[in-house]
Amino acid sequence: MTFTLDEISILCVYSAMAVYAIAFIAYAIDLARRGAAAAKAADASADAAPVADAARVGVGAAAGARAAAGAAGASAMSDATDGGAGRRGRWQRATELGATVEYGRSPALRVAVAMTVVAWLLHLAGAILRGIAAERVPWANMYEFALTGTLLVTTVYLVVIVTSKQDLRFLGTFISGLVLVLLGVATVNFYVSVVPLPPALQSAWLIIHVFVASAAVGVFALGFALSVVQLMQARREAIVASAESVKRSFLATLPSSNALENLAYRLNIVGFILWTFTLIAGAVWAEKAWGRYWGWDTKEVWTFIIWVVYAGYIHARATRGWRGSRSAWLAIIGFSTVLFNFTVVNLFFKGLHAYSGL
Amino acid sequence: MVSTSSSDPLRPSDHIDAPDPDRTPGAGGRGGVNQPRLGFVGWLRFVWRQLTSMRTALLLLLLLAIAAVPGSLVPQRSSDPNGVTQYFQENPDLAPVLDSFQMFDVYSSAWFSAVYLLLFISLIGCIIPRTKHHFEALRARPPRTPARLSRLASYTERDLPAGADAATAEAALVDAASRLKRAGYRVERYELHGEASVSAERGYLRETGNLVFHTALLGVLVTVGIGGGFGFAGQRVIVEGQSFVNTLAAFDSFNPGRFFDDAELTPYRLSLNELDAVYETRNADAIGQPTDFTAHVTVEGEGNEPTDGIVKVNEPLRVFGTDVYLLGNGYAPTVTVRNAAGDVVFTDSVPFLPEDANLTSIGVIKVTDGLDEQLGMIGFLYPTQGVLDTGAYTSTYPDLVFPVLTLNVYEGDLGIDDGTPTSVYTLDPTDMEQLTGGDTGVDSLELMPGETAELPGGRGTVTFEDASPGGDAAAAGDFSTSVKRFASFDVHHDPTQGWVLVFAILILAGLMTSLFVPRRRIWVKAVTRPDGRMVLEYAGLARGEDPNLDEAVRAFADAQSTDVPAPSGRADESSKSAT
Repeated sequence: MTFTLDEISILCVYSAMAVYAIAFIAYAIDLARRGAAAAKAADASADAAPVADAARVGVGAAAGARAAAGAAGASAMSDATDGGAGRRGRWQRATELGATVEYGRSPALRVAVAMTVVAWLLHLAGAILRGIAAERVPWANMYEFALTGTLLVTTVYLVVIVTSKQDLRFLGTFISGLVLVLLGVATVNFYVSVVPLPPALQSAWLIIHVFVASAAVGVFALGFALSVVQLMQARREAIVASAESVKRSFLATLPSSNALENLAYRLNIVGFILWTFTLIAGAVWAEKAWGRYWGWDTKEVWTFIIWVVYAGYIHARATRGWRGSRSAWLAIIGFSTVLFNFTVVNLFFKGLHAYSGL
Repeated sequence: MVSTSSSDPLRPSDHIDAPDPDRTPGAGGRGGVNQPRLGFVGWLRFVWRQLTSMRTALLLLLLLAIAAVPGSLVPQRSSDPNGVTQYFQENPDLAPVLDSFQMFDVYSSAWFSAVYLLLFISLIGCIIPRTKHHFEALRARPPRTPARLSRLASYTERDLPAGADAATAEAALVDAASRLKRAGYRVERYELHGEASVSAERGYLRETGNLVFHTALLGVLVTVGIGGGFGFAGQRVIVEGQSFVNTLAAFDSFNPGRFFDDAELTPYRLSLNELDAVYETRNADAIGQPTDFTAHVTVEGEGNEPTDGIVKVNEPLRVFGTDVYLLGNGYAPTVTVRNAAGDVVFTDSVPFLPEDANLTSIGVIKVTDGLDEQLGMIGFLYPTQGVLDTGAYTSTYPDLVFPVLTLNVYEGDLGIDDGTPTSVYTLDPTDMEQLTGGDTGVDSLELMPGETAELPGGRGTVTFEDASPGGDAAAAGDFSTSVKRFASFDVHHDPTQGWVLVFAILILAGLMTSLFVPRRRIWVKAVTRPDGRMVLEYAGLARGEDPNLDEAVRAFADAQSTDVPAPSGRADESSKSAT
């Protein structure tokens, strides 16, 4: 029996989903181990000396304060001056970023990352084969948006863990989970067989506009994950600072909320720039295809709303009293509008962007 | 947090990098307990400061996002007028209430306008003083070197070799200054308490980008708001073989901008020679899906030779300052009606509006003169006729494989003689008597191209003309050209959309500059320690987001220290290694 290219593509996607599932489990095991490590460290310090514990609490409290960036920077600096460049590895230790418990990379985490790479390769193969089968870019209907969009989410994650100075592998649980769920919905609910492009989509802007939009979603997804962890971390830091209890949570092995916020911000501004480009490219295309560059079509409205929410996020971060958890909430609202735009607006709202293929 | 100097961007008082009003009394917007009573001018200043604060801008941005939502939930008159009409029919109680809140014109409503106008006033209030300040900062000297560099977050130091004297230190500072200059820093030498130092600042472009971004946003708003008034948009349906002249009267509908003068229309002639529609025939999952629409047209201006052109979806035709878009197409069957004596009383190609993906199309034929009473016909065209289980007809493919036209005939007053404007696409049969179809007991007239049917009661005949070049599609077995097609064109003129694009590009460029160019200061100071050692102190200060500052300071110190120990004679080499 022979398979068509599209059938092989689907097989690749199913395989990718299976491997993503394995990666997700491994990431989850790693989180559990982090929790255990944090509890162990807390117990050890409690046994050893209450004073040390107090010092630890003090560090946690300082990390929560506004001065944390300076403190973290200073500790990194003293490291460097003490031991020279040699000790400063490619990977900044999490403790330098405000984590209270030292935690390396567990075997589970190594397996998880390896599985993510394998899943990504299968996913990539699935998308490329779909493109070859359709004789065009694989992002012209809802199924293909989801296929390529999730591929870009994983791609951004992998690029970030390779290039970032901080170890962000702990985000893998969220990323593999999100990609798995979206791929599941895409293959079950959005799948359409390969059909030719309608005249309205026959444009070079399909390649540019939609791809950049998907890439922006990939970056926003990671920023969103960081903002969520930031909020959890800020809550934990507040509890530690009030010295009510030492939370034995995996969060103790992660960077401080302040470091997480800076990371989230850097990703979100990249996403914001990509989104700005998406908006402008979309307007240029709309002028060619529909005869006007802006017409408050439902999809245009939501693209605008997303842009404004993230603009608000960037402003909030520069506004006294809004940096920290408040701006993190805006980033979370921003990504929720992105998901809303991708799902509800595509499927249920009437408009000119009727390309879901469903 | 840190002291600010005149070269810092001027920011709203509640900006995170602005001086803290709580710590610098008198500078902030927060009124203290002992604040004197505000006069009228004082109040104005207070309101203005509130309006231009970061918090207000943030609030207005979030309000803008929320205010934009209803326009996607309820159909808008601007983008979906038919949807609005339908909404009124389906929700007769709710719709007028929503309408009173301008919910069907959200983006031109008073409340939406209020939000974005306030936002832009706030923006103007922010960027004008900031721009003025930035121009001054561009000419200012980098700030004085702080007394204790080691207090700064990004700090490192390198020993000068043992036995180094003031001349070695001076050479190192000169070297540092030239390196910093090459790296794009503005450099200034200072000497404080006998300690020589270099003060350098870079990244003025960051603030420039920020100001360009915000000014360009304003540019887009103004261009769209005012510039849009100079253009027009008109719609016109043209049947194959027919043409239209770009004049006001020739448009089916015409929306001029506020400042548009009809006299500006260039009267060129646009003829539709042929409309090619290609439908998928091979892919079993997409049979009948359109893959290409191409309108072949001829354009003829006054005193110009006619030129041929094509209009496609995504490929507008730009002629005589207007843009012509192909936004729709369909069939326009040619129907001839003769009276009992055989005289032609009506003959025309009538555009039928497509109802579904397989182009089942509905049209109305109105015969006003030449018969005893006026005649109206509601026609259904099935490009490829199929029969449903219920016996009703349907179209199974959008191209002309087996075209069938059915006509329900009504007789009576068409209601057009009293001058009331009526749509050519609808027929109001309330005052008319139905002759065929429906409950009349008489079958609808059913015709294929080239066929003629008798009107009931010997009133005359109706012919569905065969438009094929050969004139006999049935005999040739090929109906593909037997019915004429029409194209629905939009003709637009917007003299300012190029400017909108320019501003959009500036928005993007300004945004990237303002987010990625680091604004930083670097100081290098030669210091003699109490034990007689000489060291070079390096310190950096971020002005805004600058994740790589530590790295940059350290890299700079490392790069310099590899060369510094040598006597001044090796300056050549140091410049080589820096490049």
